[in-house]
Amino acid sequence: MVNLTIDNRKIQAEEGQTILDVARKNGITIPTLCHNDALEPSGSCRMCSVEIGEGARAKVVTSCLYPVAEGLVVNSGSERVKNVRRTVMQLLLARSPESEQLARMAEDLGIHPEPRFKPSEDGSKCILCRLCVRTCETVVGVSAIGFSFRGPEKNVCTPFHESSNICIGCGACASVCPTGHIEMHVSPSGDVRTIWGRDFKMAACSKCGLYFAPEDQLTYISGRTGVPMEELMVCSSCR
Amino acid sequence: MTIKIKSFGELKELQEKIKAGRDPRKPGITLCVGTGCLAHGAMKVADAFREEIDKRGLSVKIDFRKTGCHGFCERGPMVIISPENIFYQHVKVEDVGDILEKTILKGEVIDGLLYANPQSGEKYVHEDEVPFYKLQTRTVFGMNSKVDPKNMEDYLAVDGYSALAKALAMNPEDIVREVVTANLRGRGGGGFPAGRKWEETSKAKGSPKYVICNADEGDPGAYMDRSLLEGNPHLVLEGMIIGAFAIGSSEGYIYVRNEYPLAVENINVAIKQAREAGLLGENILGSGFSFDLKVNRGGGAFVCGESSALFASLEGRAGEPRAKYVHATEKGLYDKPTNLNNVETWANVPFIIQNGGDWYAGIGTDHSKGTKIFSLVGKINNTGLVEVPMGTSMREIVFDIGGGILNNRKFKAIQTGGPSGGCIPEAYLDMPVDYDELTKVGSMMGSGGMIVMDEGTCMVDLARYFTNFLASESCGKCVPCREGLQRMREILVDITEGRGQEADIELLESLGASIKDGALCALGSSAPNPVLSTIRYFRDEYEAHIKEKRCPAGVCKALITYSVDPAKCTGCTLCAKVCPVGAATGEKKKVHAIDPDKCTRCGACKESCQFDAIIVR
Ligand SMILES: Cc1cc2nc3c(=O)[nH]c(=O)nc-3n(C[C@H](O)[C@H](O)[C@H](O)COP(=O)(O)O)c2cc1C
Ligand code: SF4
Ligand code: SF4
Ligand code: SF4
Ligand code: FES
Repeated sequence: MVNLTIDNRKIQAEEGQTILDVARKNGITIPTLCHNDALEPSGSCRMCSVEIGEGARAKVVTSCLYPVAEGLVVNSGSERVKNVRRTVMQLLLARSPESEQLARMAEDLGIHPEPRFKPSEDGSKCILCRLCVRTCETVVGVSAIGFSFRGPEKNVCTPFHESSNICIGCGACASVCPTGHIEMHVSPSGDVRTIWGRDFKMAACSKCGLYFAPEDQLTYISGRTGVPMEELMVCSSCR
Repeated sequence: MTIKIKSFGELKELQEKIKAGRDPRKPGITLCVGTGCLAHGAMKVADAFREEIDKRGLSVKIDFRKTGCHGFCERGPMVIISPENIFYQHVKVEDVGDILEKTILKGEVIDGLLYANPQSGEKYVHEDEVPFYKLQTRTVFGMNSKVDPKNMEDYLAVDGYSALAKALAMNPEDIVREVVTANLRGRGGGGFPAGRKWEETSKAKGSPKYVICNADEGDPGAYMDRSLLEGNPHLVLEGMIIGAFAIGSSEGYIYVRNEYPLAVENINVAIKQAREAGLLGENILGSGFSFDLKVNRGGGAFVCGESSALFASLEGRAGEPRAKYVHATEKGLYDKPTNLNNVETWANVPFIIQNGGDWYAGIGTDHSKGTKIFSLVGKINNTGLVEVPMGTSMREIVFDIGGGILNNRKFKAIQTGGPSGGCIPEAYLDMPVDYDELTKVGSMMGSGGMIVMDEGTCMVDLARYFTNFLASESCGKCVPCREGLQRMREILVDITEGRGQEADIELLESLGASIKDGALCALGSSAPNPVLSTIRYFRDEYEAHIKEKRCPAGVCKALITYSVDPAKCTGCTLCAKVCPVGAATGEKKKVHAIDPDKCTRCGACKESCQFDAIIVR
């Protein structure tokens, strides 16, 4: 166990945890955009910044990555921290003005758009939090999506922007996306799901007949787990 | 071809044998064929020398040597005649016969090939009298003009690999202690003490341990690493082998920029020679220590020089920095203990081992030791690579070694540390140049780039230029750098094009502070430097652009007008002839005029006018 201070509160924590873990366990809220408990931290949004140390040695670090240590002094709401968070949010609001989810998050944090930043007009809601790419890679185990280009042009896509033949249409990326950027459509009858520019034929439940999952996804699960297809053809409500 | 050296004694014998076979009084011609001189046609000159020497049957009488970069590239191709040390510049194929005929055979100096001081016109015969060289301390770089990088015998003749032999007879901990005592700080940017890094890596748990040489050198304009690797690869190798032994590593990498073909070629030749000679590979010099390394070519993105991005690239992943608060000395390449140092850092090591850490710590300032190679460019008379002790004043570098500002114009500022360095104004010219002083004034040592600017430079435009470079080199992983630099660039473009707004300066300052604090890697956290430092020292220029829509330096096209000074115009008609759009007009011997609606502000008239009659405001 290590002893640390967060916002003047003395806290005991287990070694190896991050500042974010410990803060949340102790009811201290730190906003995050690219964090998800199921994924390794990526440190890309910088929303979770906190200040550590005191005086001239004080510095801003990302709480989702920084490990707690004996004697650590953390300030989760210093001026420098607020400045970073405000800037990050304003930059993202200008990048993705069309994302309602993002606008709501900004409102909750009391951050208003910076009028000097011209709102981007490309219609992209993606804030490059990487949640989708990391989910597809480490949770789904497929790695169907990644990034192309660098700097301001960087974007999330399937390789060469072509429809991916390894994507299983599971939709995990769309559900983890915090801004609603990834679009997933279902045909009126429910027999086809469209994501990342590709149509997936949906499987119907062998008991109730409802379309419940892409066939590719079931084939993938069967291949990975060894469970026969027939057993997987049952939707969760009928199981 | 090379024989295997099996012990320290055999190395000494070989060095002595090579030295004994070389007569120091024998006439010699040394020609620089570094990348800079090659661009000036040095290879043709080299061929001409070979041919003429053969034709005159002089090949046994004189030594002809092609070497790597001497640092004074703008004067290339350069020739040094030994033993007198005569320095010839801008040597052309036509001069080759003369040099052999007059200087080598008759001992005459050819006046037309001598270097003349651009300000005083004074000429110098010997290399060590030329102010550019005279005031330097060329410890690390000096050997470049003495060795043919492809000939290991040259390196052995200057006692090369003696430091390695000495180190291999020491305790690894004692080697680390020497480097700690020397207080050698990293030359690649961060300035982290190399001794401490070595110590941490040697103590870290895990194997294998890696030593890596960072030769990515992405700073546009900097080329000291290229010149060292190209010109004296064995020095870098020797440093790395010593480091590997001290740290306990058996595997290493040299990560070199793909755009450096000659460096890649020469380091590969050197590695092959060192292996054959038993200086790399199994049981080095019979010491029982084994170490080998591979050369890896980097794709070229600026960010790939950053340590965690470099590891990612070496591992075959996208060259993106990784956010973590664990040192590479614990978990670096493939999550194994890794010691990454810059080319120049490694090149300092043999000198420290040979002369001792205390000797090294005697050079420089309190917290910055040894010499540093700077790449001095911009509006200055002598451009090139300059090696001086840490703590040398900026004034000495710019005015004494650099020979002052071109065309006797006024010094305005110097940008140090590469694209994300800060601009330092005239008031600080007397500051000693070292890591901490540069940081104090809002700039940095970086890799040692220095760009000199004269009064004709617009500081807002300059900040825009560097911010633009950095915004497009951002890897795009984290928000403050990717989005923040792009917004900074937008605002700067607005200001330089007359669309600046009242609160822009304050916004740039707060944006800059957030990017510094918030960015994931040092590319982002240093990127606001050009903007913040120019605001700090040249705020009035920003204000003139924003409030008065005026560019005081007369650079920003949207904010300037060209007109003719009636008091100076003689009606020579030259401006009317050169103006590509017909904006400058007038009759012979009558005052001319410029139509502001037609004028594209290309500056052709101003350049052509012999009477300084074109006004830019
Ligand atoms: C954007 C960026 C680019 C860098 N490029 C280089 C480079 O080209 N060469 C280099 O030696 N170090 C470079 N560095 C610094 C390295 O991250 C690292 O600190 C250095 O190689 C360590 O060696 P040293 O301690 O000997 O300087 C760069 C850093 C950043 C943030
Ligand atoms: S839908 Fe495709 S891209 Fe998205 S997580 Fe599933 S496999 Fe990956
Ligand atoms: S698509 Fe959504 S989840 Fe993926 S990086 Fe963009 S914002 Fe994040
Ligand atoms: S600071 Fe810039 S270069 Fe570094 S990780 Fe962030 S986006 Fe990439
Ligand atoms: S949540 Fe920590 S950087 Fe995004």
